Amino acid sequence: MEATAEGVVASLSGELNTVALSLRQMIWRRFRRHRMAMAGAVMLILLVAYCFGGALFVSEDYANFTDTKQRLQPPSREHPFGTDTVGRDILARTIYGGQISMLIGLSAATIEVVVGVLVGALAGYYGGILDSLLMRFTEAMFTIPQLFLLLVMAKFFANKFPAIHILGRTLSGSVVVIVIIIGITSWMYLARIVRADFLSLKEREFIVAAHTVGTRNLAIIARHILPNTVAPIIVAATLGVANAILSEAYISFLGLGVQPPTATWGNMLDRAYNYVATAPWMWIFPGLLIVLVVLSINFLGDGLRDALDPTTVT
Amino acid sequence: MTRYVIRRLLQAIPLLFFISLLLFVLMRTASNPLVTMGGKRVPRPEDRERLARQLGLDKPLYVQYVYWLIGNDWAKIDMDGDGVAETPGDQKGVLRGEFGNSLVIRGKPAWTVIKERIPRTLLLMIPAEIIILIFSLVIGIFSALKQYTVTDHVITGISFVGYSMPIFFIALLSIQLFAIKFKEWGLPALPPNQMFDPQVGKTPSQIALHMVLPLLSLTFVSIAGYSRYVRSQMLETMSQDYIRTARAKGLPERMVLYVHALKNASLPLVTIVGLDIPLLLAGAVVTETIFAWQGMGFLFIDHVSRGDTPVIMAILMIVSVAVVVSQLLTDIVYAWLDPRIRYD
Repeated sequence: MEATAEGVVASLSGELNTVALSLRQMIWRRFRRHRMAMAGAVMLILLVAYCFGGALFVSEDYANFTDTKQRLQPPSREHPFGTDTVGRDILARTIYGGQISMLIGLSAATIEVVVGVLVGALAGYYGGILDSLLMRFTEAMFTIPQLFLLLVMAKFFANKFPAIHILGRTLSGSVVVIVIIIGITSWMYLARIVRADFLSLKEREFIVAAHTVGTRNLAIIARHILPNTVAPIIVAATLGVANAILSEAYISFLGLGVQPPTATWGNMLDRAYNYVATAPWMWIFPGLLIVLVVLSINFLGDGLRDALDPTTVT
Repeated sequence: MTRYVIRRLLQAIPLLFFISLLLFVLMRTASNPLVTMGGKRVPRPEDRERLARQLGLDKPLYVQYVYWLIGNDWAKIDMDGDGVAETPGDQKGVLRGEFGNSLVIRGKPAWTVIKERIPRTLLLMIPAEIIILIFSLVIGIFSALKQYTVTDHVITGISFVGYSMPIFFIALLSIQLFAIKFKEWGLPALPPNQMFDPQVGKTPSQIALHMVLPLLSLTFVSIAGYSRYVRSQMLETMSQDYIRTARAKGLPERMVLYVHALKNASLPLVTIVGLDIPLLLAGAVVTETIFAWQGMGFLFIDHVSRGDTPVIMAILMIVSVAVVVSQLLTDIVYAWLDPRIRYD
């Protein structure tokens, strides 16, 4: 650009004319420009539409309908994804299984966030003995590989919950067990992040000011510090959904997960390795859906991380 | 340095105690050994009581934990239930290397059950770790040097997909392709299960052949994740001032890349090994189950589904010790390699 006086004035006024964006608008703008995140969001919307829109076309009774004369049928016009070992339609089961898988992902991530934030906030804010106790606990939980703990708990707590009825549907009680155990074995990473944020934020002037005017501890934690740590929590929660869906798939694949007739993408793969050669359609379709949903949530989480990071340039 | 090592060791010990306490409470509150031992026949009530006293289940939880830890051969247990402890205990406790007897394989110590499985799991894990390191290093650096080219985008795409894949899906896909389809197409197919072909016998080449597919599934996810990590490390190093200095003083580009940049970028790789151990152990459970590889992971699933608490507990403790030790070693090696870091 030429360094004339008009040029400088023009570029300056151009800059001045830029509309000031609110924080929310800036985040949305950064997110929109993140191509992978947008692709992930679109993919995720399509998958949700598949699972919840598909339910309008096939009934759950059909998804759980067994017809042993039709067992292990390859994909055909009647059963586009084929049938499983007891003759259930795999397409219908991926629709209803997807609903449960997503439900498990969301609720387990919710538990993860609640526990993680609670532990991290209490440890970071109060410090002292509480902090060292909670952090020892966090470290211990972190050291035992999650899958081992999940399998043991899934075995021990199985059948401890009765079947539940919500929205006119019956879910096997194992869904609740799986949600809880995934939730309580995955909060450690988030707790550490929240604790670190609390440690640095509680020394800041605005918190000291809040103390000075007599704000109570709980109000400081919930209203003054927590909103400032919301970005990493959102990112961790998003990725937590993907990890919970994966964890459910692992437990169910190994035969200790959600019990039939309730379908999940994970338990449709239960013992699939026995049919790896004879009926590949049994594991390819639910497996692909798991990969797709995890991939799109990971993309979304990556985009959110960049969009929420104030140091990213728009 | 010595002080740092000693301090880290002293921190690891209470951590392991804490883990064992946590696991012990979980085991004893959530499961009932008597149910596992009873099997199909329901034992008589007096037998149940006797058994409970023999296993120390009538004692409070903290006494049970102490017995589990240091044994009860120094104490007496009340076998006949008359309130007088008369029989000396026979447990030696974990600290003296005894994890108790398996409930499923009667009378066999849990440690004996596990011992023969450990080398088989290590046989998978050590090569897996080496493959993960080499491949993520090579792919990551290659990708970084070709930043924003088509190759880089393709590698990034594949690694994103790979990172989102469950291990079992990769395993099933690789069996489908390399074992089944290759056979159909008349190509040399890879064996999909077991450690060796019983008709050929347990020769090293047989075992190596049977290791290919398990190793592929075990390493794929980790390579996908860590090659991206190496890529970003390499890119960050390339933008450092000392790289510019090296170029400015006229060093050949190869020297700059492979000596100055690589040396600094590969340092954080040490942490990969430490971070990867828990993931690899979990992966071993899945891989061994699919490929019928009779290692510790296979044993774990088998005994979890049968509720064999002493064996489960022993495996969980071995796994936890492995994780703690690997993290300890990682930190020490890191401190030793990087002169900028001094812990004291």
